[in-house]
Amino acid sequence: MNVLSLQNVVKVYANHVAVDDVSFDVRASSIFGLLGPNGAGKTSLIRIITTITAADSGKIFLNGQPLNHLHPNEIGYMPEERGLYKKMKVGEQLLYLAQLKGLSSKDAKIKLRAWLEKFEILSWWDKKIGDLSKGMGQKVQFIATIVHDPKLIILDEPFSGLDPINTNLIKDEIYQLKQKGASILFSTHRMEQVEEICEDIVLMNKGKIILNGNVQEIKNDFKEHLFSVKYSGKAPSEMGTSEYETLSQNDNEIIFKTGPAFTSNDLLRELLNQNVNIVRFNEILPSLNEIFIKKVEANNE
Amino acid sequence: MNKIWLVTKREYLTRVLNKTFILTTLLTPLGILLFMVAVVFIMGTGSDKAKVINIYDPTDLLGRELKTRDNLTFHFSNESLEDQKELYKAKKINGIIEIPPMKDSMATKYSYKYHSDDQLAMDESIGIESAIGKKIRNYKLKKLNIDEKTLKNLDTDVTAEPVTIFENKKISSITTIVSSVLGGIVGYAMFFIILFYGMQVMRSVMEEKINRIVEVLISSLKPFELMMGKVIGVGLVGLTQIGIWLILMPIIFFIGTMIFGLNTESVGHMHTGNIPVEDIAMSSQDKIAQIFIEIKAMNWLKILPLTLFYFLAGYFAYSALFAAIGSAVGEDINDASSLTIPVMMPLMFSMYIGFSAVNAPDSSLAVWSSMIPLISSIVMPVRLPFDPPWWQIGISVISLILFSILLVWLAARIYRVGILMYGKKASFKELSKWIFYKG
Repeated sequence: MNVLSLQNVVKVYANHVAVDDVSFDVRASSIFGLLGPNGAGKTSLIRIITTITAADSGKIFLNGQPLNHLHPNEIGYMPEERGLYKKMKVGEQLLYLAQLKGLSSKDAKIKLRAWLEKFEILSWWDKKIGDLSKGMGQKVQFIATIVHDPKLIILDEPFSGLDPINTNLIKDEIYQLKQKGASILFSTHRMEQVEEICEDIVLMNKGKIILNGNVQEIKNDFKEHLFSVKYSGKAPSEMGTSEYETLSQNDNEIIFKTGPAFTSNDLLRELLNQNVNIVRFNEILPSLNEIFIKKVEANNE
Repeated sequence: MNKIWLVTKREYLTRVLNKTFILTTLLTPLGILLFMVAVVFIMGTGSDKAKVINIYDPTDLLGRELKTRDNLTFHFSNESLEDQKELYKAKKINGIIEIPPMKDSMATKYSYKYHSDDQLAMDESIGIESAIGKKIRNYKLKKLNIDEKTLKNLDTDVTAEPVTIFENKKISSITTIVSSVLGGIVGYAMFFIILFYGMQVMRSVMEEKINRIVEVLISSLKPFELMMGKVIGVGLVGLTQIGIWLILMPIIFFIGTMIFGLNTESVGHMHTGNIPVEDIAMSSQDKIAQIFIEIKAMNWLKILPLTLFYFLAGYFAYSALFAAIGSAVGEDINDASSLTIPVMMPLMFSMYIGFSAVNAPDSSLAVWSSMIPLISSIVMPVRLPFDPPWWQIGISVISLILFSILLVWLAARIYRVGILMYGKKASFKELSKWIFYKG
C-alpha cells in the first residue's frame, strides 16, 4: 500500500521547469528521502503534494485517492523556511495550528498536552515563542507538524539549524512515528544525514528524477567491489590472479578491488590461505553523495 | 469556511486582548475629554489674579457702570488722574482706565487709556473693550434718539425656505447645514477607518511572511481563506473599537460634566471668544433644538444600513488590496511604503471629492463619483444625508459590490503568489504577472 503516489508530475514556472515528469511512490509506514542539491525542485514538488500549489499536469494520489482539498489535514508539513508567531503563547499557537488541521479544540488540547509532556515542555504552555530559545522553538514547531497524527509527514531540511540533542530527539521521534504507521518524507540536500534513516530514496536534479529505489539496492548497484582489510603482522603478498588488484596499502590496511565474479568469500578464502591475521574486513559501499555526483556527471556527458 | 472562522477568531482575539488595544480603546475617549477639560481650564484661567482698576470718566460716558467676565473690580473715581496715580504708587490699585471724552459723538474709532506699568491680559483687555464698546453704542443710540427695539427691527434674518415640487418631504434651511456636517463627519471617519484598519491587515500579512509561519499556515488552508479570515478579523476589531467609543464617549462626557463641572456654557464661552454668551443664547438655543429635530427627521433607516454597507464594501476592497501589498514586500517591513501609494491615491482622492460633495452634494462631480466603484464607498455616504435619488444609490451599490468582489479576487491572486516569494520586494509589473499565474 502506498501512502503517496506521483505520476508524471510537471510544474513549469515562468522561466524554468521546476518539476519535470516526476513519478514515485512512498510506501505506507516507511521513511523516504527526497534528495537533491538546492534548486533541484524538491520544494516545488513538496508544495504540490501539500496542495499549496497545483501541478500543471500529472496525477497525485494520497492513500489511493486523487489529491483533494481535504488531504492537507492528513499531511504534516514542516517547511524549510519555518517560523511561529513570536507574540503568541506556545499553547495558544499550537492549539490554533492544530485546529487549522481539523482537530477539535478539545482533542487538540488533549493531544498537545501529551506531546508537550513527552518533550518535557508542558511548563512552556503560557510562554511566548519570542521568549524561547531557537532550539525550544524547533521542538514546538515539530509538535505543530505532527499533532494531528498525519499519515504523511513531510520534513523539508528538518535538521538545518538543529543542535545535536534536538536532532537525535527528532530522529527518535521519527522512528516511533514510523512504527505507528506514518510515512515520513525527508527532503534535504545533505544526503549523508539521511542515508542511515531512509529506506527508499529519490534523487532529483534540475527537476528530474535521476535515481529512484531502495537505499541498500542503490548502493549495491553502484558498488565498485572495494574491500577494506585490516590485518596485523604479516602483510598479504601479491597474488598472481587478475581477479583482484590492490588499490592502496598503508598502516596495516589494504584496499582491494575485485572483479564482479570474485565474491567477498573468495577474497577471504584467499587471504586465509595466506595465513594473514585479519583484524577487520568490510566491503566499501559508495555514499549517496558519491552516487549522486557520479550520476549527475554521467547525465551531463 | 470553518478555517476562515478560525483565522478570524485568532486575528480578532490576539488584537482585542492586546494591552495596547485595550489601553488605546479605553484611553482615547478619556484623552479627548482631558484635552477638552485642559483647553477649557487654560482658556478659563487667563485672569485668575483679581485686579482692582479705577476708572476716570469725567464726561460720564459709561454711566458709572462697567462689567466684564474677568476678575476685575472697577471703581469709578472723579479724583484727578494725578491723585489716582498716587494710589497706584501706593499699590492700592492695579491701574487706571482713563475715558477721554468723545469729541465726535458718531466717531467709529475710539480709544481709552490704560495707565499702569503692567499690561492687561489679552482676555481682560478684550473684555473691557467689548464692554466699553457696548456703552458707547448705547450712548450713540441715545444721541440719535433710537431705542433698542427700533434698532432690532432694522435687522432682518433672511433664510431660504426650500419647497419641493414633486417629492412630498419637508426641508428647512437648517437641513442643509445638518446634512453637511453629518456627511462631512461620516466621510472623514470612513477615510480614516478604512486606512487605519487596511494598514493593520497589511501589517499582519507582512508579519506572517517575515515570521515565515505563512507556509505552515497555507499547507493547512487556502491562501484565500487566510486572507479573508484576516480581513474579517481585523474588520471586526475595527467595529468593536468604534462601538466601544460610541458607547464610552457619552458616558465619559457625562461623568466629566459631573466631576469637572464642565458645562456647555463654558464650552460655548470658549468657542465664542469671550463675547458674552447671553446675547446669542436665545437664538442658539432655538437653533440647537431645531438641529435635534432635523437629526431626528433624517431617514436613518436608509442612511444607517447604507453607510454600514459602504463601509463594509470599501473596507473589504481596500483591505484586500492592502493584504496583496503586504504579501509583495520582501524581508524589510519598510518596503511597504512605496507599494501602498497606488492604493492610497484613490482613497485620498475620494476623501477630497467627499469634501467637495459636502458643499455641493448634487454637483455632477459628486453625483458621478458616488456611482464610480471604490470612490463611491466614501463619496456616497457623504451624500446620503442629502437624500440622493434611489436610482443613483442602486447603481452605486451594485457597481461597488461587483467591483469589490473583483478587487478581492485580484488581491487574492496576488496574495497567494506573494506570500511564498522571498527576497526583493516585487515591482508592480511582477504583481500584475502574478495575477495570471496558474494554480
